Amino acid sequence: MSEAGDRAIPTRIAESLDRLGRAAVGGIAEIGLGAVLLYQSVYWIVLGRRREQPVRIAATFERCMEVGIRALPIVTMMSLTIGIMLAIQGIYTLRVFGAEEQVTIGVGISVVREFGPLITGILVAGRTGSSLAARIGTMRISQEVDALEVMGIDPVRFLVAPALIAMVVMVPLLALWADLLMLIGAGWYVSVDMGMSFAAYTQRIIDIVEVDDLMHGLYKSMLFSVLITLVGVINGANVKGGAEGVGRMTTRSVVLSISAIIVTDMIFAFITTRS
Amino acid sequence: MSHAAEKRDDRPRPDLSGAPNVIEVKKLVTHYGTRKILKDIDFSVREGEIMVIMGGSGSGKSTLLNALLGLLRPTRGSIQILGEDLTRISEVEKTLLRRKIGVAFQGGALFGSLNVLENIMLPLREHTKLDVNTMRIMARLKMQVVSLAGFEHLNPSELSGGMIKRAAFARAVVMDPRILFCDEPSAGLDPIVAAAIDELILNLRDAMGMSVVVVTHELESAFRIADRICVLDKGDILMTGTVDEIRSSKNERIQNLLNRRTETETLDPEEYLRRLTAAND
Repeated sequence: MSEAGDRAIPTRIAESLDRLGRAAVGGIAEIGLGAVLLYQSVYWIVLGRRREQPVRIAATFERCMEVGIRALPIVTMMSLTIGIMLAIQGIYTLRVFGAEEQVTIGVGISVVREFGPLITGILVAGRTGSSLAARIGTMRISQEVDALEVMGIDPVRFLVAPALIAMVVMVPLLALWADLLMLIGAGWYVSVDMGMSFAAYTQRIIDIVEVDDLMHGLYKSMLFSVLITLVGVINGANVKGGAEGVGRMTTRSVVLSISAIIVTDMIFAFITTRS
Repeated sequence: MSHAAEKRDDRPRPDLSGAPNVIEVKKLVTHYGTRKILKDIDFSVREGEIMVIMGGSGSGKSTLLNALLGLLRPTRGSIQILGEDLTRISEVEKTLLRRKIGVAFQGGALFGSLNVLENIMLPLREHTKLDVNTMRIMARLKMQVVSLAGFEHLNPSELSGGMIKRAAFARAVVMDPRILFCDEPSAGLDPIVAAAIDELILNLRDAMGMSVVVVTHELESAFRIADRICVLDKGDILMTGTVDEIRSSKNERIQNLLNRRTETETLDPEEYLRRLTAAND
């Protein structure tokens, strides 16, 4: 190898280490920013009224409409479809053991504990998390965030707190709606394929699914809603370089939100099934 | 000279020599990363004065404005605004201080989710306990001042560039601030609309008695409205003085700026080659 080539290898290693180090520091900084945003949001939600700077109710209501009500069509369609798909796969798999009747157990538990919250989380991350990142990013490059600061209006209280309240309230409600529709979808297929009456299917689901299972799903939804909000806001706040930057950070926000949801889901399931 | 500029020359410049300072910047140094942007800046603005901060691209004028607004933490130095040191006060004190200043941003920075009236009412909603009707009346009064009456219910996306600037001015002055900051008020506007915006700044100062800090690179606009001009170049203040003092300055860099000459155009070719060789050594 030439002398120049010999010199290039340590330089490349140094550059790779430099990039790795910067990425690690950037990641830690983002986690820190997330913690600060969460603390400040909770602070304004709890103490805003006492400090005569309450979180805006109209904005919170508007966010609730955006996060929850306007997401209903897509959540409804996806949930019904996934419910039917779960029933198809469940019956197919259990048929090997001649235990198709038990499909209600698999469907009931997995929908309420896993699929309802997870699918809702992923849909909301793609829909609302991305729009939050794009909105805050656009506001940042058009100096609207600076305008809030110089008007003496805390951007976290004005922008983040209403979004956080809306997400924590609406995402679990959407997950409940998704649970219901997935179970209805599965029930319809089970009744068609196996000849089980819908009433009998419903009774079996009620017997199998416990309140703890439902709460497990709801707690996870709340956790996902906080993650989606923070990831969206952090990526929006870090937008640089105009419209292209907004697009880049919006994509990053969706990828990170979905990754965070899946990893958190796994950790949550591991911890709660051990105790 | 344009009609608006003639008007300004008819309007006597107030004698502000004895007026107290509302802004006092001492030994200000700022960095972006390791790059030094502002180098030991000393600068003051008197009560009731229109101070124009002028300079080319990269001169540091936007950095200086961001530091004055508390959006950028300086490395060293002090920034006294209305007697409070911006570099030392708490966030709560900063919030209270910001209620006494107004800012009209370059692009307007109006909130797209609110209509024009709601944008202008926003500071009143956030900082006062006035009832909604009173706030509406106050906002509409300011809209009349900026000649925007009748456009209350339009969204910012439905306004022209000049109207966005006017709405931004109305929002900036709705709390009757003591200091108004304007970032590139005439940028991106045709000469007639730009002249009208300059008239608006003069009218606001005369009607409300506020101090105005204008950051611009538009020479015509600066000469039309300024009581004093502060010329920035590469992070240094080249000169602060009245319009006549700036115009008659013998400083080569100021003359380059006034005559819109670039550095490379004024460089002697031999001198350029000598610098180039020196840089490579």
